Amino acid sequence: MSASSAGKSSVVMHALKDALIAGIVAFGLFVLLLGFLADDTLGKLRPLPRPVLLAAAVGIVFVGRFLISLIYYNAAALRVLLGELFVAAFALAKRFRFVLLALMIVLAFVWIYRVPDDWPLVATIIITILFAVWLGLTPALLALAVLFPVAFYSNPYYLGIAIIILTYVMLGWGLNIVVGLAGLLDLGYVAFYAVGAYSYAIIAQAYGWSFWVCLPLAGLFAAFFGVLLGFPVLRLRGDYLAIVTLAFGEIVRIVLLNWISLTNGPNGIGSIPRASFFGIPFTADDDGFAARFGFEFDPTHRTVFLFYLILALALITNWVTIRLRKLPVGRAWEALREDEIAVRSLGINPTNTKLTAFAIGAMFGGFAGAFFATRQGFISPDSFTFPESALILAIVVLGGMGSQIGVAIAAIVMTASFELFREFEQFRLVIFGFAMVGIMIWRPRGLISSREPSVYLKERKTISAEHVAEGHG
Amino acid sequence: MARDAILALNGLTMQFGGLLAVDDLSFEAKRGDITALIGPNGAGKTTVFNCITGFYEPTSGAIRVNHADGKTFALEKLPDFKIAKRVHVARTFQNIRLFPGMTALENLMVAQHNVLMRASGFTVFGLFGLPGYRRAEREAVELARYWLEKTALTDRADDPAGSLPYGAQRRLEIARAMCTKPVLLCLDEPAAGLNPRESDELNVLLRAIQKESDASILLIEHDMNVVMEISNHIVVLDHGKKISEGAPEFIRNDPKVIAAYLGVEEDAVDAAEAEVGA
Repeated sequence: MSASSAGKSSVVMHALKDALIAGIVAFGLFVLLLGFLADDTLGKLRPLPRPVLLAAAVGIVFVGRFLISLIYYNAAALRVLLGELFVAAFALAKRFRFVLLALMIVLAFVWIYRVPDDWPLVATIIITILFAVWLGLTPALLALAVLFPVAFYSNPYYLGIAIIILTYVMLGWGLNIVVGLAGLLDLGYVAFYAVGAYSYAIIAQAYGWSFWVCLPLAGLFAAFFGVLLGFPVLRLRGDYLAIVTLAFGEIVRIVLLNWISLTNGPNGIGSIPRASFFGIPFTADDDGFAARFGFEFDPTHRTVFLFYLILALALITNWVTIRLRKLPVGRAWEALREDEIAVRSLGINPTNTKLTAFAIGAMFGGFAGAFFATRQGFISPDSFTFPESALILAIVVLGGMGSQIGVAIAAIVMTASFELFREFEQFRLVIFGFAMVGIMIWRPRGLISSREPSVYLKERKTISAEHVAEGHG
Repeated sequence: MARDAILALNGLTMQFGGLLAVDDLSFEAKRGDITALIGPNGAGKTTVFNCITGFYEPTSGAIRVNHADGKTFALEKLPDFKIAKRVHVARTFQNIRLFPGMTALENLMVAQHNVLMRASGFTVFGLFGLPGYRRAEREAVELARYWLEKTALTDRADDPAGSLPYGAQRRLEIARAMCTKPVLLCLDEPAAGLNPRESDELNVLLRAIQKESDASILLIEHDMNVVMEISNHIVVLDHGKKISEGAPEFIRNDPKVIAAYLGVEEDAVDAAEAEVGA
């Protein structure tokens, strides 16, 4: 008995020591970052001490580290306790699911009462959740996507956000081919997005060709750059591949910045031709979309059209990826991710396999870039920085490498939460970081980490993540 | 080189820096035979395999494969995947190399990549699901089903390869190699880690391959139960050199082979020491 109590006190001491060290490190880190505010209200710059904020930050680290250490040193006992709690909570939730549903509806009403303008959004979220429970996630999300502009026709802000979300869904799906299927870690994916956007902007301005001609050209250019990147990195794996792709992304951006005669450098390219409805422009003129189809002119027409355009592009990306997975080339990608040596021994050309993955992934990035250019009407190298690449990669990794629906959910959550936390601008990255850490602790292989086999003999069994390789480069 | 030789090595040498792993090795493997390559650990057997299958480029020497239709291929200059694709030499690995996250069936489908790739019009026809590709895929599944039955893996066809027990993984690797329709099947220690019952089953499988398919077999093996029972011809390596060659009965009684495996007798050591003046 005394031994165990001694053990307990030493555990507490250990945790305290840990927490103290963490607290000191946190103090050292935060004393300048949070402890002082550079204030220039009186015309001269002076440091304004913020002891409360500093103390709060250090306190959070201290207490947090203390608790984590306690949990860590008592891992087994706590895991049992947490497991029981979780099971009990789950059983309780199941038993009172109608109460929970009612609670959700009440919460929704509270939300609507506080922000009346939000009611369509709240209703949409609830209907989507109900649909997802009854029919499954994929049909619910698809129905949401198709009906979204109908529900939010009068709210261009939401439409705009939805367009951004869909762009990232498409980029995530494009990168998923390279990272998720072929297992090639690409940190410079935004380069292809940039190539697509710039080639669309330059071609459309120089030749005045329509969106539907320039879009495939932009995709082709991006695919060409994908092959261009692919060749030098064929022999590289893992960290080395990541470094070179990172550099490639930077090279493309720096070239865009400095090749002023072509790209107009840091000033960017403006007045890029807008997308037209198969040749009919969205203008208030007599031959504009509204006049031709007998509508009242409304700038939202263009937004709705852009929404369906990016939705179609994203769904094409998804469809092609799903088809490719069931074709020899897709199986070769996945085999390459699992074991490159075995792939060679079966007579599969690893060079071609890698290059097609880079090229097709890049092509979809290029399509998304062309869409971005036509939507914005203005592009500059500022839109294609490394954090963009990191965000797209984060979407793929958090969604679960190789999983289409997982990537879509991750794109929605990440992009929407960026909007949701717009008021807490300075804490956005902190929240983002916490979300990443959380996912990596609880679902280290992403939200949906299992793999669907591409072919089956008797029954399709989902393959759990433990068997699936992540790729080495 | 005789026309009935599926594989002929002539003066094969492989040097890694100062290490001579394979030293002027020549032998032939007859078509339709099971040829075994044996020798103590570190004798250079796997290096020979890696040279034949193109994973190493030999320092010097010639490797020839004769197809039944009279075509001859020089393997020493071909890269690994072309040897498998054009010459139809398939191999397995000493430490199993399956695609663990893909099902057993998918593993066998990957092996038929080149056939399916042509049938899918290099992806273009396949993307739109044209009937030609669908027929080819059905045939590929049938071939896979045939080899799954041969290797007693039909029940596990839809399970990830990584979840199969060790013996089943070994058999799946052989089935995968057979799905490439090889003329020469190179097996690197197929019986390693198998229990006696499993290695008996392996004997049955290899005999069936010999009898029912066009593949000749070259295998590296330590399990003498397997080697002596099924091989028609044995080549013995020690320190990169061929020390003996012949039928199993001959090898079993060859003093040079026994010396290499069990160490030389004492008077031989004394004689050697006298020679170097120790």
